[in-house]
Amino acid sequence: MSRRAALLLALPPALFLAVFFAFPVLSIVALGVAPDGVPDPGALVRTWTSSSTLRVVAWTIGLALAATTLTLLAGLPAAWVFARFRFPGKRLLRALLTVPFVLPSVVVGAAFLALLGPRSPLNALLTAIAGPDAPQVRLDGTTIAILLASVFYNVAVVLRLVGGFWAHLDPRAEEAARVLGASPWRAFREVTWPLLRPAVLSAVSIVLLFTLTSFGIVLVLGGPGQATLEVEIWRRTALLLDLPAAAALSILQVGGVFLLLLASARAQERLAVAQRLRPAAETERAPRTRRERFVVGTVLAGLIALVGLPLLILVERSFAVGAGYGLTAWTTLGSLPQRAGLFVPPAEAIGNSLLFAFATLLVAGSLGLSAALAIGSRRGWLPQTFDALLMLPVGTSAVTVGFGFLVALGEPPLDLRTSILLIPLAHALVALPFVIRATAPVIRSIDPRLREAAAVLGASPGRAWREVDAPIVARAALVGAGFAFAISLGEFGATLFIARPATPTLPVAIYRLLGLPGPLPFAQAMALATILLVLTAISVLAIERLRGSGPSPF
Amino acid sequence: MNHRPAALLALALAGTTLAIALPAGAATPAFTAERITLMTHDSFALSPEVLAGFTAATGVEVEILTAGDTGSMVNQAILAGDDPLADVIYGIDTTFLSRALDAGILEPYLSPALDAVPEALRLDPEGRATPIDYGDVCLNLDLEVFADGGLPRPETLDDLLRPELRDTLVVQDPSTSSPGLSFLLATIARYGEEGWRDYWAGLRANGVLVAADWSDAYFTHFSGGVNPGDRPIVVSYASSPVAEVIYADPRPATPPTAVMEDGCFRQVELAGVLRGTDAPAEARAFIDFLLSPEVQADIPLNMFVTPARTDIALPADYLAFTAVPAAPLTLDPARIGADRERWIEEWIETVLR
Amino acid sequence: MPALELRGVHARYAEREVLTGIDLAVEEGEVVALLGPSGSGKTTLLRIVAGLEQPSAGSVLLDGREVAGVPVHERGVGLMFQDYALFPHRDVAGNVGFGLRMAGRPAGEIRERVAEVLALVGLPGFEGRSVARLSGGEQQRVALARALAPRPRILMLDEPMGSLDRALRERLPDELAAIFRRLGLTVLYVTHDQDEALRVADRIVLLAGGRIEADGSPEALWSAPPTVFAAAFLGFRTIAHGELGDGAIRGPWGPIPLPAAAAPAASSGPVPFLLRPDAVRLDAAGPIAGTVSARRFRGDHVLLVVAVAGAPDLEVELRGGPLPAPGDPVRLAIDPAGVVLLRD
Repeated sequence: MSRRAALLLALPPALFLAVFFAFPVLSIVALGVAPDGVPDPGALVRTWTSSSTLRVVAWTIGLALAATTLTLLAGLPAAWVFARFRFPGKRLLRALLTVPFVLPSVVVGAAFLALLGPRSPLNALLTAIAGPDAPQVRLDGTTIAILLASVFYNVAVVLRLVGGFWAHLDPRAEEAARVLGASPWRAFREVTWPLLRPAVLSAVSIVLLFTLTSFGIVLVLGGPGQATLEVEIWRRTALLLDLPAAAALSILQVGGVFLLLLASARAQERLAVAQRLRPAAETERAPRTRRERFVVGTVLAGLIALVGLPLLILVERSFAVGAGYGLTAWTTLGSLPQRAGLFVPPAEAIGNSLLFAFATLLVAGSLGLSAALAIGSRRGWLPQTFDALLMLPVGTSAVTVGFGFLVALGEPPLDLRTSILLIPLAHALVALPFVIRATAPVIRSIDPRLREAAAVLGASPGRAWREVDAPIVARAALVGAGFAFAISLGEFGATLFIARPATPTLPVAIYRLLGLPGPLPFAQAMALATILLVLTAISVLAIERLRGSGPSPF
Repeated sequence: MNHRPAALLALALAGTTLAIALPAGAATPAFTAERITLMTHDSFALSPEVLAGFTAATGVEVEILTAGDTGSMVNQAILAGDDPLADVIYGIDTTFLSRALDAGILEPYLSPALDAVPEALRLDPEGRATPIDYGDVCLNLDLEVFADGGLPRPETLDDLLRPELRDTLVVQDPSTSSPGLSFLLATIARYGEEGWRDYWAGLRANGVLVAADWSDAYFTHFSGGVNPGDRPIVVSYASSPVAEVIYADPRPATPPTAVMEDGCFRQVELAGVLRGTDAPAEARAFIDFLLSPEVQADIPLNMFVTPARTDIALPADYLAFTAVPAAPLTLDPARIGADRERWIEEWIETVLR
Repeated sequence: MPALELRGVHARYAEREVLTGIDLAVEEGEVVALLGPSGSGKTTLLRIVAGLEQPSAGSVLLDGREVAGVPVHERGVGLMFQDYALFPHRDVAGNVGFGLRMAGRPAGEIRERVAEVLALVGLPGFEGRSVARLSGGEQQRVALARALAPRPRILMLDEPMGSLDRALRERLPDELAAIFRRLGLTVLYVTHDQDEALRVADRIVLLAGGRIEADGSPEALWSAPPTVFAAAFLGFRTIAHGELGDGAIRGPWGPIPLPAAAAPAASSGPVPFLLRPDAVRLDAAGPIAGTVSARRFRGDHVLLVVAVAGAPDLEVELRGGPLPAPGDPVRLAIDPAGVVLLRD
């Protein structure tokens, strides 16, 4: 593709990013840095170097590093098992393992509270065995709970990015090393690991990005004093209206995230080794020895426990109303709660969520395809930087963007501040990088000789694109759009700012119900969470089906 | 404010609007705007048929814009500045009143209905903010734990320092939670600038647990009702016992929780006309509407707060289970506005570090 | 009029000359192998003919018509890519029928032609198969069928045996050659394998360093390679230098008389020459004395390696007769008919 065509394609997503992200964020940051029009760099430096900022930053980075390490430890064996072995239900399991990734933090928080809190199944068991004075296990409010939830969230990233790449590595390279006298571990370290490194690095950068900016989960599961940078920005902006400090912290966060993304893109390019990838179906096999079966079984069981238990407990709690079990929470979803910012029956949130998700699919799908075509067809620092820039909204706190809208988009024709259109737009902002990640690698992987072959057989350039690229790109774009759909279903942080009481989404309705006292709203929240879970699982399964076994990890 | 095509399109897209338009012709002629927007916090709730009464009476539809919790709502209203997001705002409380007044986002309006509201609730003499209702943040007790033969039931804030009640209290972080901040303000009102830090040092020594927000404290750590926690004392609302009855299935005869009447902090909720509105007359009419007997009577069982007017008959359920403390603690909004951040920082130093 | 003609074609990649003045004409129905080591520019030449690359100078004529301004898809040439470049998202019929569809042929005709071509390449009934599930040899045949289906005026194949296993490489060149002859195709066949070229082509064009090094029938090239490079690339090993004069060439093995017709004027310096294996024979009265250093069985003959004092080893092909053992002294004679004078 020519440079000109690439720039033309990059224009709509770049404009979108500029208007709905860069402009609002810069406006609110400018308001903080220069409240009277005169910038005060001294105040910035003072905030950056204050002991409370340093404490929060150190804690945030420490937490992110610990969570990323744990996620990698849990995810790598899973990636290996999924890359190298064939077992029944693999596709379904991979889809289910991806579900947490798009679940809203309120739901995950509630699930982990139910699992690790005072009335967890474990504690019930302890009480049943040893009576009411039995020692109780409490992990809520601890760092362990945050870390576990982070692993729960992000293990799919490692599974998909690393496992997806691993499945295409030629196992014979490792076999060659074994024949040359390397132990299995040595063969992994000397042969497989160096080839895997770019994929691992990419997974690490994404997991770091999510853990560095995790908000809801820290707020719900963390105790006081465990505020991350993201929580602190929210507190300074939404609660204290301390814009100068919030701006200083936002600059720190966005700048740090951008550097992280750019460094990771560079490192990936440096570490990448040109090699011939093989179809995943050729590299997998059934576990052969008893020992292999045991290892595969153990890894899968661990994964199912880690991801399945919190999901299962959501479903269980939706039936627990009062003392026993019942369907009350489900049968009352259609009636009006009339309280706490929820002005419609909870069941209406299902339709709203689907509608917004569909709108997001259209917006993010078309913009993402356009960006992916531009990024995927060119190489060098420009598409790399553009890619990193498009990822920034994921690493920026929702409150910065949300309050930025208030300051920046007050004038017609852009006064969308109170418009419900903002929901799909905000969702598209978050979903865009994932659409691009699902599409660009596929576009990059299209063998240019296929186009040449079509041309030699008589296809004009346009026809060749339609016949060769378009079917492959369309499939990838559908996968990307599917992700946009799933991400929209689960988006919470930004939606909470925008959603109207008459049009709550599922996560917002869940959040509202969780804010009500009494057992019924809680069970209703869990019932909605179950519905969200099922909808998400269906869309992820559809993505899996569409995706086939292409080179794209997402 | 303007109603632009985008907003209309958005409404069409969403499929549902809250406002229920009545046939034209019945409306009074004085109003020109077709619709006003009400900015409010997440906890706003009224019966739909009561809310529809405003449209029926004036011909003006009401669109509701929730903007997070009270603090977040006030901050958003301030940032929107001269081009307000809505025409009228409801839900500014004692804690955030001075910030809203200082930012100058409200236009003065003295509703004729204010005559029925006690002087003590009228926090802004200039009338920029009109009191609509009030509620108390109070300690809630798990009655099962404090029943006969159980732990000694606390009666005062001082009782919470008793060694028998070690590890029984859960509060919210005042830096992130509105009831948490109210409880902090209650202790400041009670013990004064010189004594509140010592009191909190005592609570800390006695094992107080700090949760991030109200849901976390109530649903996770509190043991009352069917809640799963192991702490029998929680910072919540004076009205929470009512909800424990109304929102249980089957309904118990009496609430499983009760309010401790000492140490309650009173939050007055106020409404105001947003400066820069295109529909000031309609906005003022909505303030009158909020103070109308119909709305005032609808407030208790929707928002679990007490209406500002004294001439309203409260619903039986509300009366039966809600304790309205006779002598709640209060602080001057101006003083809260001036010292809030310092208090929070000092609280963090005392309790968390 | 040649089917394809190249006149002074140059090509460069980033300052490097890949082709330097290629003149080549391929006649209708001729099968030309473009033989050369990797990097010799043969793939570039194919791509220039197809229109996928532009020459930096020179012109390409198809059926006598200059095609500089004609885009790839209107040139009507067939190209079978190295590694085939089959469309992964289409089945076998979708691949083979692609060119016909581009030409706007009716569906029924496409179906018939696809079946016909698939039968021709030995894959009847493969229409509905997924190309990802084919073996390497099957993929190669599908690629050939795809290139053949639109009846291109010239068929070009780029290392068609490149990624096949040995057994297929043994068998397929003869099958390909049979198909080319049966259909009377004009073919440009790129390979680096001299054996493959010899078996497939009517004519071999040897490319080295972007130039044509040799051009001729397989027999002519085999019996008299023109240059040292050509001789070495065709697998001849006994190449030496000698002085010309008095109707003989004086090399390391002493003077060898040359046939009068072949003997040019005396040279001023050393001239490279080749001793073809059949030129050296055992002869008890021969002028060269040596010792057998190795004996290698080669199927239809035995190769004897003879060490000659003060000169390079000589190789003798023996078909029948007594077999000296390694270490045995032997005497050798050289047949002047097996001497080929070369250019550097």
